[in-house]
Amino acid sequence: MSTAPIIVSASPHVHSDRTSKKLMYDVVIALLPAFLVSLYIFGIGAFIVTAVAIISCIFFEYVIQKYLLKTDVTIGDGSALITGILLAFNLPSNLPIWMIIVGSLVAIGVAKSSFGGLGFNIFNPALVGRVFLLVSFPVQMTTWPTPLANRTIIVDAVSGATPLSIIKEGLLFGESMSDLSSKIPSYLDMFLGITGGSIGEMSVLALLMGGIYLILRRVISWHIPVMMLLSIGLVSGMFWLVNAEQYANPMIHLLSGGAVLGAFYMATDLVTSPMTKKGMIIFAIAIGIITVLIRIFGAYPEGVSFAIIIMNAFVPLINKYFKPRRFGAKVKSKIVT
Amino acid sequence: MLKTFPKGGIHPKENKITSSKTIQKMSIPKVVYVPIAQHIGVPAEIVVDRKDKVEIGQVIAKSGGYVSSNIHSPVAGTVTKLDKIVDSSGYKKQCIVIRTDQKNESNFENPDYPLKTEIELSKAEILDRVLDFGIVGLGGATFPSHVKLNVKEDNHIEFLLINGVECEPYLTADHRLMLEKADEIIVGIQILMHALHIPKAIIGIENNKKDAIKLLKKASAKDENISVAALQVKYPQGGEKQLIKAILKREVPKNGLPMDVGVIVHNVGTIFAIYEAVQYHKPLIERVVTVTGKKLTNPSNFWVKIGTPIKDLVEEVGGLPEGTRKLVNGGPMMGKAIKNTDIPVTKGTSGILIIPEDEATRGEPKNCIRCGECVYVCPMGLEPHLLMNLTEKGLYERVTNEDIMTCIECGSCSYVCPSHRPLLDYIRFGKSIVKKLETAKN
Amino acid sequence: MTVSVLYSILLLVSLGSIAAVLLYIISKKFYVYEDPLIPVVEDVLPAANCAGCGSPGCKAFAEKLVASEDISDLFCPVGGNDVMKQVAEILGKEVVEKDPTVAVVLCQGGCDVRPKTTEYQGPRSCAISSLIYGGETDCQYGCLGDGDCVNVCQFDAMYMDENTGLPVIITDKCTSCGICVEACPRDIIEMRPKNKRDLKIFVGCLNEDKGGIAKKACEVACIGCSKCEDICPKDAITMSDSLAYIDAELCTLCRKCVPVCPTHSIIETNFPPKKVKPPKKVKATKIEKSLKKVEAAKKVNSSEKNEVVKTNVDALKSKTDA
Repeated sequence: MSTAPIIVSASPHVHSDRTSKKLMYDVVIALLPAFLVSLYIFGIGAFIVTAVAIISCIFFEYVIQKYLLKTDVTIGDGSALITGILLAFNLPSNLPIWMIIVGSLVAIGVAKSSFGGLGFNIFNPALVGRVFLLVSFPVQMTTWPTPLANRTIIVDAVSGATPLSIIKEGLLFGESMSDLSSKIPSYLDMFLGITGGSIGEMSVLALLMGGIYLILRRVISWHIPVMMLLSIGLVSGMFWLVNAEQYANPMIHLLSGGAVLGAFYMATDLVTSPMTKKGMIIFAIAIGIITVLIRIFGAYPEGVSFAIIIMNAFVPLINKYFKPRRFGAKVKSKIVT
Repeated sequence: MLKTFPKGGIHPKENKITSSKTIQKMSIPKVVYVPIAQHIGVPAEIVVDRKDKVEIGQVIAKSGGYVSSNIHSPVAGTVTKLDKIVDSSGYKKQCIVIRTDQKNESNFENPDYPLKTEIELSKAEILDRVLDFGIVGLGGATFPSHVKLNVKEDNHIEFLLINGVECEPYLTADHRLMLEKADEIIVGIQILMHALHIPKAIIGIENNKKDAIKLLKKASAKDENISVAALQVKYPQGGEKQLIKAILKREVPKNGLPMDVGVIVHNVGTIFAIYEAVQYHKPLIERVVTVTGKKLTNPSNFWVKIGTPIKDLVEEVGGLPEGTRKLVNGGPMMGKAIKNTDIPVTKGTSGILIIPEDEATRGEPKNCIRCGECVYVCPMGLEPHLLMNLTEKGLYERVTNEDIMTCIECGSCSYVCPSHRPLLDYIRFGKSIVKKLETAKN
Repeated sequence: MTVSVLYSILLLVSLGSIAAVLLYIISKKFYVYEDPLIPVVEDVLPAANCAGCGSPGCKAFAEKLVASEDISDLFCPVGGNDVMKQVAEILGKEVVEKDPTVAVVLCQGGCDVRPKTTEYQGPRSCAISSLIYGGETDCQYGCLGDGDCVNVCQFDAMYMDENTGLPVIITDKCTSCGICVEACPRDIIEMRPKNKRDLKIFVGCLNEDKGGIAKKACEVACIGCSKCEDICPKDAITMSDSLAYIDAELCTLCRKCVPVCPTHSIIETNFPPKKVKPPKKVKATKIEKSLKKVEAAKKVNSSEKNEVVKTNVDALKSKTDA
């Protein structure tokens, strides 16, 4: 026999082409259209925030794995890259850089590494980072830059707002929906992305393109995005039907506030979502309900991040009770002929 | 829309590179190593001694119990030793080593028996033939066929399903057998239907064997009780339970048998062996084996005598190519990797796959990313990631409750895992421990 | 203000009292009687929870000891005879003294003497890889080297030797609990008697193949030649399936078997090195004289004489060597 020895291993002796690296890089590709739109709308600010988030996420994962935990370094698998991108997509493009770094540290260090690394975290790391920043620095996290303005320079504290925050504040001050309708952008503007908001959540069109790409490439399945958006639409629609002046139109709910971003990219995170189709449907519907409830009755105008994190905590329970049907279970033991 | 089983399944590359190669006869091997444990159940008991002269088809080992089978000499020659030789299980097992008598003419007869359609034996005689002539399931499971055919009076069997699916990539033994011996297979089916009073038979064939479907439809046209079902190409359609669900939409209950839903399933190779045993007194001494691999000069299908060392087969196809890193006894999904070519062919060897360097190494296992792919593809509705996790932690009671014993070890889970986790290794290990604990309890 | 403070204090005090009364009632109603001897016995046990005694933990063993009438079968290998004596005193029951034992790794065919002929890929666990085939070497009885035994030892008494790939047992730390014996899928580890100086003699092989095949797979394999069986004065060595086995009960550690083994398969540990007798001086000078003659004869260059002298010298040399 030639030099290398014969290999013996257990079956199967072939493997499919899918690797976790390929899955991760597909997600990166799907996020590109939204990033490009954001560059167009917010300019350099978007680029800097995204770059800082990505670099600090990868850096922190490297340092923690190599020097703190002393295990294998796995920054090449693409998961830190995606956490960085998704964290950046949830931040306003004028956030101070040091806050982005703190957010990355919380996302990677607290939400991911301290649970055991990839595959062991319960909560979506990017959302944990975002929620941490929101709660710790509420002012800077809710000061949005104006779209299509000041794109080549970095500015902070410029006035601009998201549709949902306009609605929330307006309703608080006693204005009705018809009064507010002139202040919020048109449906088309929201669909294309010419609106205020965090880097990733504006262009529904770009996000949809990426989401459909992911479904076609079988990286995610359609269950979570479709059921979550349906649920948001239905619940907000119910409220709107009751009183159209007090409650926003379901189209506004669907087109703004990161609902589409959350539905296709955050709730579908493989590690923190259920593993059976039935479980995914329950998961997605619950997220939709909680999102609308927080948006309407909660203190924050935006509810997707909190809703997803709350449901992440229920995923082990969902996995336990929504098991796949065993072959041959619940069948009569003999066919009566 | 062609029928298939609804739950799980994968679509590996088919690689049926030998599907157009006619089954060839091989040169008679100089020495055969016949293991006594070629079937599920109790190993056979040796009834010959060293220096005994044996004839082709003579019984050299008798069935060791109910779930056991006779073993017959594949050649005429002399027993040189009763020794322990490494077989495809990876361990040394008792074998009967026979040196072929190169001068004995019976070794060189190539009886291509003419088609015999009349069934002359009675039902009891047919079942005795199956028992005496060492027929076991040739699909790879090697379950003694007479046990499967032992149907009690009150158990009414409605359908005989013939497994012509051959869902494993690379293997074409059953395909070629169906093309070359279609009429004989139909007679074999009729023999079984007659023996067990089964009213209908359906032959299941995957749609990548369109010529076999056409040929068998033609051959079965005269008998209205035999039909052919073309099935979608999906692995593991050849699994008994999946086949029954695909063709008849009946689900065998958990821990049950096909008999519970009125069905018996047999492989086409087994049917052909039963045909030859009943019509021509031929015991099971040879079978079709596909010798294949991407880098082989001349991959092909062969009639191989039981006990032929795989070395001889490899020589017939032009020798072991440079850079061969893995030898597999069987198909790539469920076959066993073997350590060298001295291992003999047994009743359960459906193919020899020679894998080159670039496809032989396993990926490095990483953390489970909880993608759920293993759950989606499992045809038995299990959760492989959970079974592996529980086995690693030693929680055997929980793992029994998660139905680990219903796993058919098809390998779909390990095939799809993006993190290259050795799911099936751990599940097999878990099953062996659970079995041990069960027998310890009883 | 003070009224509300008074009310809060009153409320909390009454809540606390009600809770205290409730807890008292519940603790009396659901009281589980535990034999007071059990915690006393448990205190004496080594608290290793290793299951070496057969019970799932020290507490369970204590319960079993208290509950059983006859505890002569029960033994704690970690605590040993001392602990069992104490238990006997506490319970007033009789215990049987057992000789101390230690775990011994029987296979001594390491990477240096047993070459690998195939490469295994898969989970690095002996129990899992033994399901697939006989191992990376040609000996299907030998140690697989993946360390299931080392991983399961709770007393840090085992480690993997990097050069030989075999597990090594630190006899001082071994408590003879028996977990490694069960963990090994090949039954390579055995309990043998422990003596004060840790002297051991055992056949370091489990290979049941015939001699030629065994030797090809491993240089220090037992080839079943029976030389050790023949020479043992106490009949402590038995042969079966081309493999020798030394019964530790009958062996008197005389070491006669060790040098006769042609493959050095019998292992002796911790014995002092054998003394070598110095050769007698008289014979040596005779040899010296003859050697001088040879030197002189060489110079004269008479071939015949050299032959004769040479053979004489060789004969003398061979006498001193024997």
